[in-house]
Amino acid sequence: MTLQGNYLGMSLSIDDLDHENLDYFKYCSRHDFHLQKCDDCSLLRYPPTTGCPWCASPKATWTKVEGKGEVHSYAEVHHAIQPAFKSHTPYMVLLVDLDTQKAQPSEHESLRVVGNLTTPDGTLAPEEMVRGLGIGSRVRMVFSDVVDGISLPQWTLDTTAKQPDKPWRYPQE
Amino acid sequence: MPLPADTDVSTPKYLRDKYAIVGIGETTYTRGSDKTTRALGTWALRNAAADAGIKTSDIDGMLSYSNNDSTSATFMAGDIGARLNFYMDCVGGGSSTEALIGIAIGVMEAGLCNCVALFRAMNGFSQVRIGGTGARSATPVGGDMLHNRAYGWQSAGQMFAPTFMRHMYDYGTTPEQVAMVKVVHSEHASNNPKAYYKKRYTVDDVLSSRIICKPLHLLDCCVETDNATAIIITRADRAKDMRHTPALIRGIVGRCSKPRMDMHYQTGPISRVGGYYAKDILWPNSGVGPEDIDATGAYDAFTFTSMLQLEDYGFCKKGEGGDYVSSGITRLGGKRPNNTSGGHLCEGYTHGMNMVIENVRQLRHDIDDSCPIGADGKRQHTYDYREGGCRQVKDIELTANLGWANPMTTSGMVMRRG
Repeated sequence: MTLQGNYLGMSLSIDDLDHENLDYFKYCSRHDFHLQKCDDCSLLRYPPTTGCPWCASPKATWTKVEGKGEVHSYAEVHHAIQPAFKSHTPYMVLLVDLDTQKAQPSEHESLRVVGNLTTPDGTLAPEEMVRGLGIGSRVRMVFSDVVDGISLPQWTLDTTAKQPDKPWRYPQE
Repeated sequence: MPLPADTDVSTPKYLRDKYAIVGIGETTYTRGSDKTTRALGTWALRNAAADAGIKTSDIDGMLSYSNNDSTSATFMAGDIGARLNFYMDCVGGGSSTEALIGIAIGVMEAGLCNCVALFRAMNGFSQVRIGGTGARSATPVGGDMLHNRAYGWQSAGQMFAPTFMRHMYDYGTTPEQVAMVKVVHSEHASNNPKAYYKKRYTVDDVLSSRIICKPLHLLDCCVETDNATAIIITRADRAKDMRHTPALIRGIVGRCSKPRMDMHYQTGPISRVGGYYAKDILWPNSGVGPEDIDATGAYDAFTFTSMLQLEDYGFCKKGEGGDYVSSGITRLGGKRPNNTSGGHLCEGYTHGMNMVIENVRQLRHDIDDSCPIGADGKRQHTYDYREGGCRQVKDIELTANLGWANPMTTSGMVMRRG
């Protein structure tokens, strides 16, 4: 049976044979972020895969990971393509370097976790919040609940962290 | 240009100049073709055969690429009266042209066939929009797509934007510098009677057009058009009997990629693109370097993509792409013009093949601009590049095409005037 839900009017689904994604989103739906940790080389990886990108081992264990990090880069969408997002522009897609395993196993690698900028309850952020965020901003993970078994990890401003004086934003507003 | 001393076409490593592009064919570049991709494809294939001076039935190999938005070789071949000894329809968009030319060389070298036609036929405006609009925009999101499309991260511009942004952050690249790519390509298109957009644009025009997805304005994005393009490749020794000066294929790199293709942003620097790896295959295989190249065809799905590829293939230092594309080097009359047809930003969108066709014409010294045709049937080029004028690069001998699928995957090809 396929796990299926509706998010912003868009159909989301996971096949019952897609064990990697079922497991990943099962933890997300408990608001408890987990990633696969390689049993052989001990490196965490994102997104879910069937083998370790560094040592090729197929063996991994789901491991709790703290959802905190820093914005590495972003897309700020003003003209939405998908109908689901048309009434939410501008919205941000963030690439966030997790603090966990940052700059490992080499200088330019990190666990770069995708998510929209949202309010703490997982709703797509309003425009004034979008305008205040950029590269270097500190964010924490929250979740958008879709259906039992699927929640999407998202990012919101981490108000407890020290923020940069001026996060880097595209120069033309 | 003389062959380097180490050229040995009898070895599998260096097939430099052993194969050539001998025929090129295009339809019009339009919006609203009122034709099926099958009709467009056979139109371009017939034009390519006529251009080569061969019968369509001389074609015995066929390659194509599409994203389920075209007609396969099985229907094209019959419509042009060809019986095939080899064919293959591949999945893919940008970066396919050069890679499939590499496959064509491989299958001919292995003795599977003698004359390969490569085509791309698409109604990119009136049927399947590349940007993912229309029916494609509302498809259900399943499995691995939950890590991208579920976030409204789907179209090419949306997916590439973090690379473009990070380049500005890392190197101080400015919107004004990047806009110059559109400005220069629009100048070239104004001298190309078949270009869909022939208007010349300014930096202000680009920066005042509406934002689609930061850092992309509308005019940073390519046009979507209906068209087909075709190329015919055969052995250089057979090319002697054909109509035009052959464009000899010196070297190819095909769909060379960054690590972590499942999500390339996991590795970095994310402002680096596939050319960083591809350059180490393309230049040694071709026996030349970027400094030897007279004109480039750097894929311009977006202004940024041309710049990033020129940089990582080594036409300038890493991080100096903004200076390079705004310096005048890439302009007709400059040291190394880029996309003299106007490219995807202006001429039309074909997933890369029109940029190869343009360079074949450049190497023939027979570009199809508005210069007068002489008694020998060839254009008398003026090298006056003002609006509506010439777009032939003077005394051009070597070109490089730099194909782009996305920030992680690229194909490249060097061609030499035969």
